[in-house]
Amino acid sequence: MWQRILAVLAARNREFYRDSAGLTWNLLMPVMMIMAFAFIFSGEPKALFKVGVIAAPAEIDSAQTVSTGFLATPHIDFIPVTDDSDAIASAVTKVQRHQLDLLLDMRDGPAYWVNPDSANGDLVERLLLGASAQQDQADPDGSPHSSPQRRAAEGEALSYADWVLPGVLAMNVMFSSLWGVGWVVVRYRKNGVLRRLKATPLRPIEFLSAQVLSRLIVVLSTSTLVYLGASMILDFPMRGSYAALLLVYTAGALCMISLGLTVSARLRTEELADGLLNLMSWPMLLLSGVWFSMEGTSTAAQAMSTLMPLTHLVDAARDIMIDGAGVIDILPQLALLLGLAALLLVVAARFFRWE
Amino acid sequence: MTSDSALIEARSLEKRYPGVQAVDGLSFEVLPSQCFGLLGPNGAGKTTTMEMLEGIQTPTTGEVLFRGRPLDLAFRQSIGIQFQATSLQDFQTVEESLRMFASLYARTADRDELVRLCNLSEILNRDTRKLSGGQRQRLLLAIALVNDPDLVFLDEPTTGLDPQARRNFWSLIKTVRARGKTVLLTTHYMEEAEQLCDEIAIVDQGRIIARGQPQALVHEHFPAAIVRLPTAAWPDNEPLPDYAERRDTVIELYADAVPPVLEHLERIGAGLTALRIDTPSLEDLFLKLTGHSLRA
Repeated sequence: MWQRILAVLAARNREFYRDSAGLTWNLLMPVMMIMAFAFIFSGEPKALFKVGVIAAPAEIDSAQTVSTGFLATPHIDFIPVTDDSDAIASAVTKVQRHQLDLLLDMRDGPAYWVNPDSANGDLVERLLLGASAQQDQADPDGSPHSSPQRRAAEGEALSYADWVLPGVLAMNVMFSSLWGVGWVVVRYRKNGVLRRLKATPLRPIEFLSAQVLSRLIVVLSTSTLVYLGASMILDFPMRGSYAALLLVYTAGALCMISLGLTVSARLRTEELADGLLNLMSWPMLLLSGVWFSMEGTSTAAQAMSTLMPLTHLVDAARDIMIDGAGVIDILPQLALLLGLAALLLVVAARFFRWE
Repeated sequence: MTSDSALIEARSLEKRYPGVQAVDGLSFEVLPSQCFGLLGPNGAGKTTTMEMLEGIQTPTTGEVLFRGRPLDLAFRQSIGIQFQATSLQDFQTVEESLRMFASLYARTADRDELVRLCNLSEILNRDTRKLSGGQRQRLLLAIALVNDPDLVFLDEPTTGLDPQARRNFWSLIKTVRARGKTVLLTTHYMEEAEQLCDEIAIVDQGRIIARGQPQALVHEHFPAAIVRLPTAAWPDNEPLPDYAERRDTVIELYADAVPPVLEHLERIGAGLTALRIDTPSLEDLFLKLTGHSLRA
């Protein structure tokens, strides 16, 4: 069995690296992505303000609080944070990471956390203090409100580029995996290569395993190139272990390659394969938190997001690079990605047609 | 028609596609070391029949038996196939293609011998896309033989080759046969069948319309010779004798002995300048049996 898998793997690898046009494209694409990085992140991204509010929903509506006026400010997303220490700690971390621009605590004396390095944080802080002062003027007879107490969310500031990089790497893995196998299998089916192989003792699972391994080598190599290139032009954090990062991108690539093989298990035309792969990848790209945090989006969108393998790949990669998570911490995501990969590969082998 | 000694056997094979009955109840058996030919025009159902025997397609009804048993995975180890149209993976040399296919089988033929047999030694390092038609067919045959199969399927192996390459390929097949391989081939070249096959079945519209040894089949349906002359050379008002037939622009006279025919023609004053005397061939047989030309 392994002899057959290795034979098909070697043939596919030769085909890949001898196809100079295709090879150039596979090497050029990451370079272009790195250049795009450098270009996009030279300026500050414009984002909607996001403010976390620690309180029960009833209190947010209450007029007793100092910041009623502030809570009515348009163009700010107010995201409720439940009153328990875990949720608050995670919200404070988000302020440090620029995922929240400000965190408002309305339990006792009003207080807020803001990241001193965040431009958005600074602007939202001014809005908050301005609203507070206005309210005091409008209600001179009432008991004077104490000004909200400022707490800097200390910690290394995280730029958008730092935050988005693990996601962009994951996106590259997704596109390279889906099209890299989907397209090739459909072409083999169309030009009769699969028909010839059908007449041999080769079994579908052996053929598909060889395709998975071949593409995995390509995806991991190009991802390593993008990572090294990005590390030369960008100063991004890498706090976890490289082994854990390699593991999670390997699991993610396996999952995406298997998805590509499942989609192309029976297709006969590249056009249909292209359409279906787009149908798979674009929702993932938009709803997996690659480019923006899913914080504060609708519950439906968040539910969709958790169903997508890319979400878990991006989450785990961020946990490792930004939070320094180890292999143990990302075991749930690893298990999920690998489990899904195995399931999809079995489904692909089951539905596979040589012609 | 069951034979215990058959290597492979087709029993009442039928293949229906929506609106088309491609194969309509074919039965035959191929004996070990035999070369069996399926003959017929394009669209007769030869390739579909072959693919059902190869296990590539499943029959709508009927069954295929290999050594008396239904086809299983082990069957694939025992056969070699040369498809009519095969695409090989891009960017592989001849040698790499051979090695890849060899790795897929439990048993393999001796590589050097295979290279010598199929005359590949000079093109071993050539990209498979840069082969001539004859070189490509030799490589595809080598791939079909790479597992030292007991049974070799050749689907129109010389279609598209020039006459020289075709003759070379025939002598190659004869060498393969000399090594005891059983060969099942399809062709629409009558000469190919006469050269290579011990037994043939003529297929038309999904059915076998005649079956037997090539020479025996011809003799069964024809006398020793066919005398042909143009219709215009036949005198007006002279009736055709009962051993003659009019085909388009030619009049054919069938005879075991030629001199009496020539005497008759001279007596009635027929023009003899364009006269031809032929030995009946499979081509003639096919025309007689189906009423249409083989390559129509």
